[in-house]
Amino acid sequence: MKSRTGKRRHTVIGLLLTALMLFPVYWMVNVSLTPQRDMRKSPPDLLPLHPTFEGYRAVLDDQLPYLGTSLLIGLGTVALTLLLAAPAGFALAKLRPRGTGALGLALLIAQMIPGIVMAMGFYGIFLDLGLLNSWWGLIVADSTIAVPFGVMIFTAFMSGIPGELVSAARIDGAGAWRTFRSVVLPLSRNAIVTVSLFGFLWAWSDFVFANTLDGGGGWKPITLGIYKYIGNNNQEWNAIMATAVVASVPAAVLLVLAQRYVAAGVTAGAVKD
Amino acid sequence: MTVARVDRPRRAPAAAVRASDTGARCLRRRRRLTALAFVAPLLVYLAAFYLYPLYRNLDLSLRDYTVRSFVAGDAPFSGWDNFRTVLGDPTFGPAMRHTMVFTFVSIAFQYAIGLALAVFFNRHFRLSTVLRALFLIPWLLPLIVSASTWSWMFNSESGVVNYLLHFLGVAPVGWLTSPTWALASVIIANIWIGIPFNLVILHSGLQNIPGELYEAAALDGAGAWQQFRRITFPLLRPVSAITLLLGLVYTLKVFDLIWIMTKGGPGDASSTLATWSYQLGFGTLLPRFGPGAAVGDILILIALAFGLLYIRVQRRQES
Repeated sequence: MKSRTGKRRHTVIGLLLTALMLFPVYWMVNVSLTPQRDMRKSPPDLLPLHPTFEGYRAVLDDQLPYLGTSLLIGLGTVALTLLLAAPAGFALAKLRPRGTGALGLALLIAQMIPGIVMAMGFYGIFLDLGLLNSWWGLIVADSTIAVPFGVMIFTAFMSGIPGELVSAARIDGAGAWRTFRSVVLPLSRNAIVTVSLFGFLWAWSDFVFANTLDGGGGWKPITLGIYKYIGNNNQEWNAIMATAVVASVPAAVLLVLAQRYVAAGVTAGAVKD
Repeated sequence: MTVARVDRPRRAPAAAVRASDTGARCLRRRRRLTALAFVAPLLVYLAAFYLYPLYRNLDLSLRDYTVRSFVAGDAPFSGWDNFRTVLGDPTFGPAMRHTMVFTFVSIAFQYAIGLALAVFFNRHFRLSTVLRALFLIPWLLPLIVSASTWSWMFNSESGVVNYLLHFLGVAPVGWLTSPTWALASVIIANIWIGIPFNLVILHSGLQNIPGELYEAAALDGAGAWQQFRRITFPLLRPVSAITLLLGLVYTLKVFDLIWIMTKGGPGDASSTLATWSYQLGFGTLLPRFGPGAAVGDILILIALAFGLLYIRVQRRQES
């Protein structure tokens, strides 16, 4: 009896803590619904009592191309990352060529390099090649955030696939490529989902590469859409926050649809189980 | 990885039966070539899109670039000049200090709050799984979303933070506009973003502590605090080390958040090595790519120092 009320008290405290933690998210939604004339009101309305959708109308008018570009760049980054990381993960986990250890170390170090340093290097290269302000140049740059992570996830996951399955496919006469395509890849669905999720989310959220490499072109992602809003008309905060809400949708969808993959991705590499 | 080692002896006899000694060698070479074919795209990619940009950055930091020579590509080699310029710059001291304060204060709070929450959520009450999932949201949001939301919350006249402080009888604070508070503001926002990461990793570490230990301790009359101090904290030390070091490497290179909220200002009040490097290279109409790249190199060195420490700790835990 005592433990049950204790548990209930825990639930109440948990709800309060979550509310406190998510207050900024709530505030973003609240401001996005606030009419422009009430924006500077003191005290501010803590609840959207007179909600307006003028902010969201501004999103529809101004930001749709940016959202489309971000979608394209996100999907492109996922495709490129999977294409590179899945075969490499298979090789590192099951074929183990010479230098596997060194490559793993290189991938770990690659993840520690600051984004601005990469951005500056990419800027010079893209300037030479005339790739600045191109959407697929941005896909290449964004993929550098996800590829090392992807290889590590695939390697860890495919190491867990029983060697008997791989050798059985071999004995049946399947070459390495057939084994990879028909046996290992279908079994690696969880790894594919995790890598895709994070690859998409990182590309969608990228600001450093976008601002450095794609500041002037016609294909700008949503992060730059918001940034431009803040810079230009920094009075219309309902429009800015409405864009922010819309830009958060992929994160929310991923959390609802694939929560366990998200947790798996966060812990991968950090904790040995 | 153990799996790969287990299946090797099983395959070897089968190959030996089928082929002579030279045949086996031939087979092994073919297998090596196959493996190489699978990693080759990755190797080419790493060379072209990691090593080459890094090389370009290093090259930038060792030459005397102007906008014209940047485009023409004929900047003269200048050795350590850029590094000398950067080290002698009045911004260097503050930027270095802010980087350290930003990193260590962020990490300390993220870890302490993350650990407290992990212990709390480990008690499996109703809704605990759902609420723990909701805690992930700040970490998943695009940084520009979090940064602009916090910017508006910290607004000196109309921000909700000052409004809430008003309730507590505190006078309005110019969070992002005063040199005293700008760094604190970005640190607070960064702590908020980093808590989920710490919570998730530490929580998964707690799962590996056997429940019997707590039961035995409870029988011996140990209270909740005693149990935390004698069991949870010591047994969580390996996971804690990994979390802190990984957090360190990630926090050192935070750029988006500070750039969007304050651009490193007012003045240099919240500039770190990351924002200063960007400021030099891209922040003005007259870019100074050389010094900007030099600051980037210094940042890499610091990140790698902590990164190698992380790898060492992780390797030692694995063995």
